[in-house]
Amino acid sequence: MSVGHALLGLLESGPRHGYDLKRSYDERFGRGRELHYGQVYSTLARLLKNGLVEVRSEPGDGPDRKRYAITEAGVTDVAGWLAHAEKPEPYLQSTLYTKVVLALLTGRDAADLLDIQRAEHLRLMRELTRRKTGGDLADHLICDHALFHLEADLRWLELTAARLDQLAAQVRPPSTQEI
Amino acid sequence: MSVTPPHRRGTRSRLLAELAMGVRLSVAGGRSGWARLAMIAAGVGLGVTMLLLAATVPALVAARDTRLVARAIDNQSEIPRGDDTMLIADANSLYGERTIHGRLVQREGDRAPLPPGADRIPAPGEMVVSPALAEHLATGEGALLAERWNGRIVGTLGPEGVLNPQEFVFYLGVDSLTDETAHRIRSFGSSRAVDEGIAAPLLLLGLVGLVALLLPVAVFLATAVRFGGEARDRQLAALRLVGADAAMTRRIAAGETLAGAVLGLLTGALLFAVVGLLASRLVPPGMSFYRADLRPVPMLAAIVAVVVPVGAVLVTVSALRRVVLEPLGVVRHSTARRRRLWWRLILPVVGIGLLFTVRSGPDASGGEGFAYVAMAGMAALLIGVALLLPWLVDAAVRRLDGGGVAWQLAVRRLQLDSGTAVRAVSGIAVSVAGAIALQGVLSAVQGQYSAEGGTDPAGNYQAMVLPSAGAAARWTEGLANAPGVRTAGVLSRVTATPTPAPADGYTHAVEVADCTLLRLRATIGDCADGDVFILVPQTDGAAGGAAVTPGTTYTLGEPGSGRTVAWTLPGNAPTVPGRGTGLEAAYGPTVLATPAAVRDARPTLAADRVYVGLDTGDPAAIERLRNAAARIDPTAMIRTLPDRTFASVLSTIREAVLVGAAALLLLVGASMLVNVIEQLRERRRLLAILVAFGTRRGTLGGSVLYQIAVPVLLGLGLAVVVGTGLGAVLQAAAGAPIRLDWLGIGATSGAAALVVLLTTAASLPLLWRLTKPGGLRSE
Amino acid sequence: MVNHLQPPLLIADDLHLSFGPTRALDSASLTVYAGEVLALMGPSGSGKSTLLHCLAGILTPDSGRVGYAGRDLSAMSDTERSALRRTEFGFVFQFGQLVPELTCLENVALPLRLAGVRRREAQRRAAAWLDRLEVADVAGKRPGQASGGQGQRVAVARALVSGPRVVFADEPTGALDSLNGERVMQLLTGAARDTGTAVVLVTHEARVAAYSDREAVVRDGRVREQVHAR
Repeated sequence: MSVGHALLGLLESGPRHGYDLKRSYDERFGRGRELHYGQVYSTLARLLKNGLVEVRSEPGDGPDRKRYAITEAGVTDVAGWLAHAEKPEPYLQSTLYTKVVLALLTGRDAADLLDIQRAEHLRLMRELTRRKTGGDLADHLICDHALFHLEADLRWLELTAARLDQLAAQVRPPSTQEI
Repeated sequence: MSVTPPHRRGTRSRLLAELAMGVRLSVAGGRSGWARLAMIAAGVGLGVTMLLLAATVPALVAARDTRLVARAIDNQSEIPRGDDTMLIADANSLYGERTIHGRLVQREGDRAPLPPGADRIPAPGEMVVSPALAEHLATGEGALLAERWNGRIVGTLGPEGVLNPQEFVFYLGVDSLTDETAHRIRSFGSSRAVDEGIAAPLLLLGLVGLVALLLPVAVFLATAVRFGGEARDRQLAALRLVGADAAMTRRIAAGETLAGAVLGLLTGALLFAVVGLLASRLVPPGMSFYRADLRPVPMLAAIVAVVVPVGAVLVTVSALRRVVLEPLGVVRHSTARRRRLWWRLILPVVGIGLLFTVRSGPDASGGEGFAYVAMAGMAALLIGVALLLPWLVDAAVRRLDGGGVAWQLAVRRLQLDSGTAVRAVSGIAVSVAGAIALQGVLSAVQGQYSAEGGTDPAGNYQAMVLPSAGAAARWTEGLANAPGVRTAGVLSRVTATPTPAPADGYTHAVEVADCTLLRLRATIGDCADGDVFILVPQTDGAAGGAAVTPGTTYTLGEPGSGRTVAWTLPGNAPTVPGRGTGLEAAYGPTVLATPAAVRDARPTLAADRVYVGLDTGDPAAIERLRNAAARIDPTAMIRTLPDRTFASVLSTIREAVLVGAAALLLLVGASMLVNVIEQLRERRRLLAILVAFGTRRGTLGGSVLYQIAVPVLLGLGLAVVVGTGLGAVLQAAAGAPIRLDWLGIGATSGAAALVVLLTTAASLPLLWRLTKPGGLRSE
Repeated sequence: MVNHLQPPLLIADDLHLSFGPTRALDSASLTVYAGEVLALMGPSGSGKSTLLHCLAGILTPDSGRVGYAGRDLSAMSDTERSALRRTEFGFVFQFGQLVPELTCLENVALPLRLAGVRRREAQRRAAAWLDRLEVADVAGKRPGQASGGQGQRVAVARALVSGPRVVFADEPTGALDSLNGERVMQLLTGAARDTGTAVVLVTHEARVAAYSDREAVVRDGRVREQVHAR
């Protein structure tokens, strides 16, 4: 899962200090595993190097008072990431969840995102099904294992799709619109 | 719980509670629950009405018998003339199709008996008549009839002297009766009348009718209490889900049925009352009755009131036995058991056996026993039809194959479960078998009566007068000039005792008439006045009587009457074949003589019958003849050629039987319709799927038609065979020639076919609705 | 394999259909290509079965048109559509589609018989299809005597026996366990691909949909056709 994309996405709603960014990330996606400051600043540095963010220094302040803002290239990068289907694999939910929340936060179509992911899952399932149909019992069992996991992911996608409105209301309370 | 109720009482109160719950369920089931209750109530009500009507028959018959006995006379005893006697003679007549019960009375003293229902004895020239006759005479309709008797109406008869409100009865006062022409009585009333009144054939008719009527009603009742059973079963399955056990559901079902049956009883009683009000107006005059007599025999009514609900519950419980109500749904025992034949054959075989013992009529087994044996035999045979039918349908449909899709669907359905269809059809089978048997007997009896009356193949004569007494001349002269009469010829008859008298005392009859009339009795070639012929009866069996030997010398006239003449039958008298009319065989060989051949014997001759040629252009000619004959001798009987007296009575009965059979068929059609509709509802999803993959509606409709028609046709076939067989046995027992009643078979078959078509047609709207697009959505 | 070189076989264009106040289809459009297996997915009540019924000419939409091989289904009479369903389409439903009184063989022969094929010939072809779907042993039995999986295979045989160009399958494995369901799907899609028959498959199960070439998602009466991932 890409912390960089997540931070970029969070920046889309407005420029922030690195400290705010970390808190915001931990709040939404941390789930008990907070980011280290070091990781935040090294990631921001990489993004800065790639021209995806820019620094807006506020005069008279120390190095901590740097505010980061997303660039045009950064916005395009986030959009591309959201529209891109993840490679179906176990424990994907955290990434998918991050993407859904960010899509909602940035006013993009989260349902599209889910559909794209569904199509990708199904593509792989088709692939596995085809392999299974041609293969022996071992292939069968191995493919079935994968299929059942993918199916579980898909169910999650379905369920999330059905609850998008609810989720949107939760991640976009009026108070977060302040900046 | 300090006071533990005795276990039994607890069980009983629980039972009552469950029955009550069934009753509540039957009305709490919303619209469909009410519909089901209403259908059961209507069905049971219809059945109960019929049962109650049947239960009034004995009361009606008893009331009629009482009146019949009250006005009958004892014509066996010799009573000396006294101041309490009167002379009385029958003067029955016909007006159109209506029979008239008439009597001539002649008072011989002050204490002569009053005719029942009359308030006085009519003096010569006076008449006392029944209200219906009085009314008829007063209207234009009875104008011709009013001329028949020389009587002034001085009073009307009360109900105790008139069998039914529509009966024509009169007592005509005269002064011409003598000991010879009339009976002398001291009182009215004779119990002989009833015993003699019912002839064996009529008794049989009644028995067949009763069995044929009641069995289908029973079958219908059994179907009616199962109306909507499928829905009920589903409801009960839902009850099992919330914890009712199997026995509880049975009791709840029983309670529900009980509610329907009791409601049905009330409906039936109500319908019976309505029918009672209307029926006396609707039935033909011969079958009318006093409304006061229309009371079910209390015992029978009580039996109906008990047996119907109890039977309904038994039917429900036994139907549930074939169904397992599981909490999650209804499982039907559809194991395709093969129906066994042997026990179904027991009743028909017993029936045939019983009927075989009575095939030769009442004389063979004697009176009362005959009726019971015959009734038991018929009941066994007709119930046997109902039992045999399921096996027959099973055996037949198992062999059916081929045909189109509609046919295949229907046949396979019947192969899997023919029970419901067969139950409804057994009603048809029993009633049609009964109706055909009845029809067969009726037509045979009718044929027999008209054969006895004789016919005139040449068409010269249309009527025959049978005088009670009187010289030939009086009749020829009296009738020849009557209006409407073209010609009249007398055939006289005299008893001929051979001399010397034979050891067995056997006598012959000599019939005297001109050649034209003699040709009505036998096939005669050349004939001139003075010829004599010997008539040999044409009959299948042995002819009665001894052979006539030409050249025998006879004594003509009643021996001992003082007016006898010796006469020799010419040796050259040719033998001629008779016309084969009914009584010919019974009379045996007869001598036919032209007047010139027996000129010397003329004083001994009495007019035996007068053949009358009517003015065929005048439709009322027969009434004019009756008027003229009544003027000469009111006691003379007049018959048309061929005789239609009985024909009209019998055709009334035949019509009644046909109407009854049609009503029963409708009943059966209604129960088949319920079955079909239920079946269609049950498989609405399958129907929608069949339509989805392109099944034409016509195919589905066709399969419904076949599904109804196959059992009906099989039932009808069995009914025709059994009915015809039964009819043949009854005809033999009644002494009538055996003949098939194609009209009856055709009419009942046609009615059955109509019922099949109507039932199918009535089920089509639902089929159409269920197969509309969108039927697949109800998942 | 999505083969868009094939011409469109069935086209639904802007279908609207309401049952009373309920909107079942709300501007639904869909294309089915010849020979493809298309899965219609979506939550229950989304309108996927209704769409299938419209495509098959069982239901007529309130507005919009359904085209089949260049003909307008909506403009056809009921009789014509029945004839079309008899000859060009096949159907498999979730349950209760076999006539309980007929044997399995007779059930399979039914569409042929409805189309006027003589009985002997119809049963010969039906027997071949039962054999192909590995249920030849239940030919003489009634559906009630066969297992659920066997029954569905009989239904598949019946759907394919008349050589249709489209088979409509509405939750064909809905009443089966996964092993039986998979086998039925293998046999159905295998036979359809062999004969070049298109399959429109309504299902809410991903593993069943995985037997398709392509899926379309129905949500709130609208179709979201497959969006291809980059």
